[in-house]
Amino acid sequence: MVAEQLRLIALEAPADFVFARSQMALSLGWHIVVACFGVAFPAMVLFAEWRGYRNFDADMARLARTWARAIGVLFAVGAVSGTILSFEMGMLWPGLMSRFGEIYGYPFTLEGFAFFLEAIFVGIYLFGWDRLSPRMHMLCAVPILLSGIAGAFFVVAANAWMNTPTGFRLVNGQVVGAQPVAAMFNPSTGAEVVHMLIGAVMVVGFSVASVYAVGMLRGRRDRYHRLGLLLPLTAAVIAAPVQIVVGDWIANVVAEHQPVKLAAMEGHFDTSRSVALSIGGIYIDNDLRYEISVPYGLSLLVDHDPDGEVIGLDSVPPQLRPPVNITHLSYNAMVGIGFGLAALAAWTGFVWWRRHDIPRTRWYLRAVAVSGIAAVAALEAGWVATEVGRQPWIVYRIQLTSEAVSTAPGLRYGFYAVLLVYTVLTGMTVYVLRRLTGRQPARAPQEAEPSVPPQPESAPR
Amino acid sequence: MTVADAVLAVMFAGLTAYALFAGADFGAGVWDLFAGGTRRGRQQRDLIEHSLAPVWEANHVWLIFVLVVLWTGFPPAFAAIASTLYIPLTLAALGMIARGSAFAFRKTVPSLSVQRFFGAAFAFSSFVTPYFLGAVVGGIASGRVPPGIAAGDVVTSWINPTSALGGVLAVGVCAYLATVLLCADAQRDVSSELADRFRARALVTAIVVGVIAAIGILVLRSDAPRLFDGLTHRGLPLMIVSALAGVASILLLFRRRYGWARITAAVAVTAVLWGWAAAQYPYIVPPSLTITEAAAGHTTQITMLVSLLIGSVLLLPALVLLYTLFQRSHHDQTTV
Repeated sequence: MVAEQLRLIALEAPADFVFARSQMALSLGWHIVVACFGVAFPAMVLFAEWRGYRNFDADMARLARTWARAIGVLFAVGAVSGTILSFEMGMLWPGLMSRFGEIYGYPFTLEGFAFFLEAIFVGIYLFGWDRLSPRMHMLCAVPILLSGIAGAFFVVAANAWMNTPTGFRLVNGQVVGAQPVAAMFNPSTGAEVVHMLIGAVMVVGFSVASVYAVGMLRGRRDRYHRLGLLLPLTAAVIAAPVQIVVGDWIANVVAEHQPVKLAAMEGHFDTSRSVALSIGGIYIDNDLRYEISVPYGLSLLVDHDPDGEVIGLDSVPPQLRPPVNITHLSYNAMVGIGFGLAALAAWTGFVWWRRHDIPRTRWYLRAVAVSGIAAVAALEAGWVATEVGRQPWIVYRIQLTSEAVSTAPGLRYGFYAVLLVYTVLTGMTVYVLRRLTGRQPARAPQEAEPSVPPQPESAPR
Repeated sequence: MTVADAVLAVMFAGLTAYALFAGADFGAGVWDLFAGGTRRGRQQRDLIEHSLAPVWEANHVWLIFVLVVLWTGFPPAFAAIASTLYIPLTLAALGMIARGSAFAFRKTVPSLSVQRFFGAAFAFSSFVTPYFLGAVVGGIASGRVPPGIAAGDVVTSWINPTSALGGVLAVGVCAYLATVLLCADAQRDVSSELADRFRARALVTAIVVGVIAAIGILVLRSDAPRLFDGLTHRGLPLMIVSALAGVASILLLFRRRYGWARITAAVAVTAVLWGWAAAQYPYIVPPSLTITEAAAGHTTQITMLVSLLIGSVLLLPALVLLYTLFQRSHHDQTTV
């Protein structure tokens, strides 16, 4: 089996292999940011709407309305940017889909339903804002919340299966006895899903808070801006320290099931005992240089024992090792930013505990202002670490990425087209989202034109 | 009927829903393109936007539904189709991105010139996207997608007479469905004059689509004899239903019975799609890949069927809620 795989690697990968991978990385990396907002933002909007309604709080009601409009825009671009991903599964990776579609594809069927429900209720929620009674309207947000979380579960479960494929047997390379439901609950699913859900809360919480931090830095320190900062930041501040614990959990799952990926994440070559934790550095000729070392760190983290053995990259032939520098540095970037955000959370929590207020310094607001971009960077770095760290496998130890890629000619032109379209799309999305925070906020695409005089924005409902 | 047949039938029902609902949305975009200058087309564009806004995303999801059921239930069929036809599929996907985002953004920008830019992007991509999807169907139906990965010709699989017919018919049918829908909306919400304008377009489009379909018979006979054979034998009853429903919808439009015209137009499109399915049964990707050969393992098929049933129980009431809420709001614009 392994000899066969090595022979395949020795063969030249299709000419446009790197373009197929780049196209997938671009469209997934773009979509995941928007998807986070679909998962974690609706709960914050609903909370704001509920507080606005319960306490006759005009500022809260206005925040809810503005954020709901942002959801409308993000949902529209998310729906269409998600569609090309489904096409790409077959256009770029037909080898994966034709062999494993019946296992790997199944969670996406369930995600199809979750996404459908989300689309329907986003439509109802936004369109029905002034048409439904407040209670009914808030009730319509609940399916959005649930289907967003369920959708994240299904998609991440599919990805987890690529890391720890289970639920089938291989007979002469053919899939036999596929158990799609069992495969969905593979050993990586739990940790990956929880890590992603908390990551989504951090991305959305810090991003939305950063918008209002910028506003406050520009002198708009009214209650509306303070609430706009405080509400999402509270969610993120709770999530950040939890994510560190979950990070330890997922790292241990990786160490147990994908030791070579962990070795690449840590830039660790020799299988040995009492291994130090390495931060930063550059990996050249099977050696990590210029790194910061924490003695016994990795053995402690992986085995909870300073003398524990950690499997290194030397355990597999060179062709079966992932690109170490990308994996190691993006992993470090994710962890580093994660600790930075946890520190920001600690600062916020400490001052809140002492004074029941957020820190008043400009440096604090500056930190919050960059936290959104930092959280998105950590999200991307984490996905790079897990996806590149799984290479050269698309299905870990079963199918090579180069076996799965399409052999069709000219894939590079598809990549160029997608790159162009996504560049324009990114610019437009940022422009439109900035418009939403303006004095005269724009309307969301799903909303109706006001054919009756709209109720004043700030009126308690 | 095997379990695999049942799963495929559910997928095909999803495809039908996509053709009808998203088809009308695409068609509305086509009429946005031909609505005339900024000032003159204003009223029409408002109506189009009004009828699309809350539902187009949900309508669009039918496509995702079709794809996920296809790749889970019939993995080799999906791999063969998507890898051979990747060029029109990429173009269609980019068209959907341009269309969806431009539609969403148009409403949120202040300046008329930027609105016009987004409007043009929305309308143009609404026009070309159904063409590519129709060309994909033409490539599959005419037997140009061999099993295997990228085994077919990536160019001639979608640039050929049957694909051209499929693409043009798709655009025409989308445009027709939209006019029929917009007639009724215009009558109810705007004015009889606007309804009459869409009615005139609907009648012209119906005749154009009818002529294309008639020419199509000749095209299929020379370019896709197997498909032609299937459509004129096993698919014949459905083709006749389609033709009768099409004629009925024209007569109903003529008599300004817009509600009934909607139903007959939908029947005409549905019958064509199921006629295609009947024509190529038991092949999922003709001429060599059968449904049984492409079908996933037994456990997966059963799991899929159960999941689809449970999913439908959640989904269908929600869809009904969306459409009724939306339709009711046309009548009663005040707060419910």
